[in-house]
Amino acid sequence: MIDRLEELQAEALEKVSRAEDLKDLKEVRVSYLGKKGPITEVLKGMGKLSGEERPKVGQKANEVRDAITSAIEEKEARLEQEELDRKLKEESIDVTLPARPVRRGNRHPLTSVTETLEDIFIGMGFTVAEGPEVETDYYNFESLNLPKDHPARDMQDTFFITPDLLLRTQTSPVQTRTMEKHEGKGPVKIICPGKVYRRDEDDATHSHQFMQIEGLMVDKNIRMSDLKGVLETFVKNYFGEDREIRLRPSFFPFTEPSAELDISCAICGGEGCRTCKQTGWIEVLGTGMVHPNVLKMGGFDPEVYSGFAFGMGVERLAMLRYGIDDIRHFYTNDVRFLSQFK
Amino acid sequence: MLISYNWLREYLNIDDYTPAQIAEKLTRSGVEVDILHELNKGIKGVVVGHVLECEQHPDADKLKVCQVDVGEVEPVQIVCGAKNVGKGQFVPVAKVGARLPGDFKIKKAKLRGQVSQGMICSLQELGYEGKLVSKSYAEGIFVFPHEVTPGEDALEELNLNDTVLELDLTPNRSDCLSMIGTAYEVGAILNREPKLPAPRVHTSGEKASDLVSVQVDSSEDTPYYGATIIRNLEIKESPLWLQNRLMAAGIRPISNVVDITNYVLLEYGQPLHAFDYDRLGSQEILVRRAKSGEKMVTLDDQERVLSEDHLVITNGEVPVALAGVMGGADSEVHEGTTAVLLEAAVFNGSVIRRAVKDTGLRSDASTRFEKGVDASRVKEAARRAASLMAELAGGTIAEGVEEADNRDTGKLEVELSLERLNRKLGTSLSDETVSDILHRLDFPLTKTSRGFNVAVPMRRPDLSIEVDLIEEVARLYGYDNIPTTLPDSVTTPGGLTKRQVLKRRSRRYLESAGLNEAITYALTTGEKEASVRPAHLEHEVKLALPMSEDRSTLRTTLIPHLLEALSHNRKRSIYDAALFELSAVFHTSVADLQFQPEEKLNLAGALMGTWQEHPWQQEKKQVDFYVAKGLVEGLAKELDTEGALEFEQAEIKGMHPGRGARVMVDGRYAGFVAQVHPAVAKDWSLKEVYVFELDFDVLTENTKGDVRYEPIPRFPSIDRDIALVVDEKVSAGQLEAVIREEGGHLLRDVKLFDLYEGENLEEGRKSIAFSLRYLDPERTLTDEDVTRVHNRVVEALEEKLGAALRS
Repeated sequence: MIDRLEELQAEALEKVSRAEDLKDLKEVRVSYLGKKGPITEVLKGMGKLSGEERPKVGQKANEVRDAITSAIEEKEARLEQEELDRKLKEESIDVTLPARPVRRGNRHPLTSVTETLEDIFIGMGFTVAEGPEVETDYYNFESLNLPKDHPARDMQDTFFITPDLLLRTQTSPVQTRTMEKHEGKGPVKIICPGKVYRRDEDDATHSHQFMQIEGLMVDKNIRMSDLKGVLETFVKNYFGEDREIRLRPSFFPFTEPSAELDISCAICGGEGCRTCKQTGWIEVLGTGMVHPNVLKMGGFDPEVYSGFAFGMGVERLAMLRYGIDDIRHFYTNDVRFLSQFK
Repeated sequence: MLISYNWLREYLNIDDYTPAQIAEKLTRSGVEVDILHELNKGIKGVVVGHVLECEQHPDADKLKVCQVDVGEVEPVQIVCGAKNVGKGQFVPVAKVGARLPGDFKIKKAKLRGQVSQGMICSLQELGYEGKLVSKSYAEGIFVFPHEVTPGEDALEELNLNDTVLELDLTPNRSDCLSMIGTAYEVGAILNREPKLPAPRVHTSGEKASDLVSVQVDSSEDTPYYGATIIRNLEIKESPLWLQNRLMAAGIRPISNVVDITNYVLLEYGQPLHAFDYDRLGSQEILVRRAKSGEKMVTLDDQERVLSEDHLVITNGEVPVALAGVMGGADSEVHEGTTAVLLEAAVFNGSVIRRAVKDTGLRSDASTRFEKGVDASRVKEAARRAASLMAELAGGTIAEGVEEADNRDTGKLEVELSLERLNRKLGTSLSDETVSDILHRLDFPLTKTSRGFNVAVPMRRPDLSIEVDLIEEVARLYGYDNIPTTLPDSVTTPGGLTKRQVLKRRSRRYLESAGLNEAITYALTTGEKEASVRPAHLEHEVKLALPMSEDRSTLRTTLIPHLLEALSHNRKRSIYDAALFELSAVFHTSVADLQFQPEEKLNLAGALMGTWQEHPWQQEKKQVDFYVAKGLVEGLAKELDTEGALEFEQAEIKGMHPGRGARVMVDGRYAGFVAQVHPAVAKDWSLKEVYVFELDFDVLTENTKGDVRYEPIPRFPSIDRDIALVVDEKVSAGQLEAVIREEGGHLLRDVKLFDLYEGENLEEGRKSIAFSLRYLDPERTLTDEDVTRVHNRVVEALEEKLGAALRS
C-alpha cells in the first residue's frame, strides 16, 4: 500500500506540475484529495491491515496528502500571480495619451502686479485705501494744490462730467480722503491702487483708462531720506536686490521737493540699451515730500507733520516685468494674452 | 523749448562741456532734456560756392549749367534744376564725394549730356525741415545773404555743426522758456555766472510821446504796457546768424523786424509784437476787454468773434490785436513797412489762458504769458529789440517809451530756516553749503539767526514759500547726496480690510474655476448698453466732452464689454472662453448730475463654447445655464453666503426669457445668471453665451466671519430615496423647499439625482427623484425614526405640490 501511495504521490505531483491553470489544478485537487479520490480509497482499505502496518500506512498517507496539498498550493499561488500579472498587463494604458484637463483660469497681469505691490507695502505696515473713480474737482485737483486755472492742470487732460465732477485723473485724491479720515493724527500709511482716466488717444503707449498705485506716508518727522529708504526697499523687493535707484528732481503740484525715481536697467545692467533709451536707467515712479498745502487741506498741521507720497503706473510696471510692448493688450482681453500670466 | 548749444555759449562759458554733458547735468537737476538734436545729420563735404556763370542747359528747359568757384584752382561745372539759381550767388555746394543726410552720396554725373560735378543744395537737402525754411528759399536752393569765401565750410556758416537740446519743461519752470533763463540754470549747476546782453539804445530827436499815447483799462489785466516807436526801417532778410538761431529754435525766419521780435522772445522769454505804425489807424493804444460780439481778423486771416472774457489791444476804436495771443491782420508788418510800434507788455496769465482756450490759438507768445513772464525784464527786452532793429534794419528809435506801468514791484523775501531744511531732507547741511547753493542760483540773501532771508528774483515765479527754496537747495545739492534712511515712526500693522480680502478670494475662486480675469473699459455708449441695461436705470452718467462717441458714457453694467471681449476672441477663432471682471459700474437716479453717482462694485462673468472636453474619450461638455449657476453657487460658498442664496426664475432684460434667474441673497436682489438672448448675442456676433452679474457688496454683505467648528457626527446617517411624478410646472426648487421644510433638523442633505420627461409618463408630467440623508448627531437613528419623518415629507409633497410617488 505504501508503494501505491508513493505511486499516487508521484502521479499527482506530475499532474500538478503539468497543470496550466487554476482549473487544471482544481481537478488535480479533486481527483487526488477529494472524498472519492485514490488516497481516500487507500485510507478506506486500511481496515484490512495489521495493527503494526496501520500506523505506518496512515502516516505515509498523511505525508503524501500533505505533499500533494502543498504542491497544489504552491502551484496555485504561482498561477494566481501569473494570472494577475497577465491581467495587469492587459490593463496597461498609453500614459502618453492626453490627460483630462483640469480647468484653470488666469489672473490679469494688472491684478497680479497690483497685488504684489500691495503685499510688499503691507509688509512695511501700509494698509490699502480705495476711493471713487468719479471724483469732485476738489479732491482730484484743488485739495492737491491744483487750484482752478493752474497751468499744471494741462499735464492731465481730464474727462469732465460736469464742471465739478470728473473721472479721476490720478489716484491721489485718495490721499486727501484718507487724511481727512485721520483727523489730523498720524501716522498715515496707505497704498491706493485704482483705475484712472485721461483724455489720451489710445495707442501703443497711451490708454485713456489705466491703473495707478499711489502711496502716502504722513507722520511726525518724516524726511526725504526716509522716502529714499522706503522706495529703495520697495524697488529691491519688486525688481530685485541688484537694482539701484536714483532720484531726479521733477515737479508735481502736490509734492515738494518732487522727484522721478529711476531704477537701473535690468536688460543692459546700466550699459545702455533700447529699453532704457541708452541711458542705463528706467523711470518707474513719481514721488516727493507732501506739499504743506496738501497736508493743510487734509487736516494735518505742516509744522508738526510731514510725509512723502509716490505714484506709479501699473501698466508700466507690468510692461517692464513681462516685456509687453503695447498697452492696449491689457484691455483687449484676448485669451491668448490673458492665459500667459499667473 | 529748444536750446541751441552754440547760442547758449554766448551767455555762458561752457566750452569744457559737451552738449551731452550739459544735457545730463540739466536732467539730473530737474530740467529734463528729452532729446539731443544734432543739426548735422551726417553731412560731409559741403562748402560755400560762388556761382561764376549760369547758362541755360542746351537740351533741358528746366536745368541750368553753372560754373562754380568752390575754392579750388578751377571752377567746377554743376547742373542745377533750381529756379532761383543765378550768377553771382554764394551757395552751399555738395562736392563730388560729399554726403548728405540719409547717407546720400554725391557722385559725378552727366545730366542730358552735361557733366555735373556736385550739387547746389537747398536747406531741406541739408536736413532742415521745410516748415523752418524761409519762404524765399523754400522752393529752391539756399543763397547766402552775404559774401562768403568760396571753399569755406558751409556747415559752419549755416550753424549746422550745432546741437540743440530739447527741454521737456515741467509747468513750474517757465523761467527756462528763454535762453537767458536757461543760462541762469546752467550757470547755477556749473557755478558760473551768466553774461547777459546789455542793449544800448541811441534815440533820434523824436519823442515817442508825440507819436503815441498808451492807456490800459485794467491794471490787473495788463500790469505793464510799453510802446516804443521805431521809424525809417528797411524790411529785408535777417542776417544769417539770426536766421540760424531762429531755425535752431524751431522758428521760421520771415523778415528782419519780425525775426527780431521772435529772437528777443527766445532770448528773454518776453513776447513782443510789432505793429505797422502807419497802419494802426490812430496814434493811440487802448488796452481793454473786448465787447461781446466784437470782431477782428487775426494775422492768420481768420475772423474772430470775441467776448468780454478777452483782452484786446485797440487803436482807441477797434481791436488791432488779441492781447498776448495774435496780432491783427490790418496792422501786420509787411514788405513796405517803414515804422513800427513795438509792444512789450505783461498780461494776466489767466486772461490769456482763457483766450487761448476759446480761440484754440496757442503760440510761443501765449504760452509764455500763460505761465507768467519776468516783469522785471520787460523793458530791457524792449530795448534789446529796439537796438537790434536799429542795427539790423536801419531804424531810428524815438526817445522814451510810452507806457502804463502798474507792475507789482514788491520784492518777495522768503525765510529759509536751516533747521527746517535739514529736518525735511534728512540732511545736515551747513549754512556755508546752503548759502553757496543760493549764490550759485544768484538769489540775493541775508543771513539771519535761523538761516537766511532770500530775495526771490522775479524770473522765478515758481518760488514763493520756504519749501520751494528747500527744493532748490536739494536739487542743486543733488538728490543722490541725500542719505537713505527708514522712518523712525511707530510700527503699524499693515493689512487688507475684510472687503479687500473677499475681493481677492472671489478672484482666486473664479481663476481656479477656470475663468480668465478680464479688465475692460469703463467708458461706453448708451447704445451699446441699451439691450441689456436694466430698465430702472433710465439715466446715465455722460461725459461733457467725450473724445469719441464710443467712449462717452460710464457703464452701468459689465456685461456689454465682456461680450465685446468674447466677440474679439471669437473673431480670432477662439470659440471657448470664460471671462470674469470685478469692476465698478456707475448708477444715477437723476438726469442732471449734482453729486457723484453711485459707484457699485460688480462681479460679472461671461462664458461661451466648450466648458470641459476630453476628445479621445468622446467627452465634451458645452457651457450651459447650470455651469454659470454653479459658478455663482461656488462663489457664494467661497464667500460663505451660501445658506441664504436663492435662484428665482425670472425674465431679465436682454436675456433668454426662459433661461434666467434672479440671484437673491438673504432675500435681497444680488444680480442674475442667464443665457444671453440669442438676438442680443448676435449683435456681438456671438451664439450661445451665458453670463452672470452680481453686486459684490450685496453678495458679501452677510458673509460669515470666522469659522466655527462643528463636531463631526459620531453616529451613522441613513439615506432614503424618493421618486416623484409631478406636473412639469412644479420646479425642482419648490420640491426641495418642501422637503427641507418637512425634513426638519434630522434632514441633513437633499440631492436631486434624476430628472425624466417623456415616454411612459403622462403628458405634462415629469419624474424627479431626490436622495435624502438623515442624521441625528446625538444618537443612532432607527428605521422607525426615519420612516416617520420621511412619510411626513412624502405627504407634504403630495398635499402641497400634487406630487405622486412613482410606482
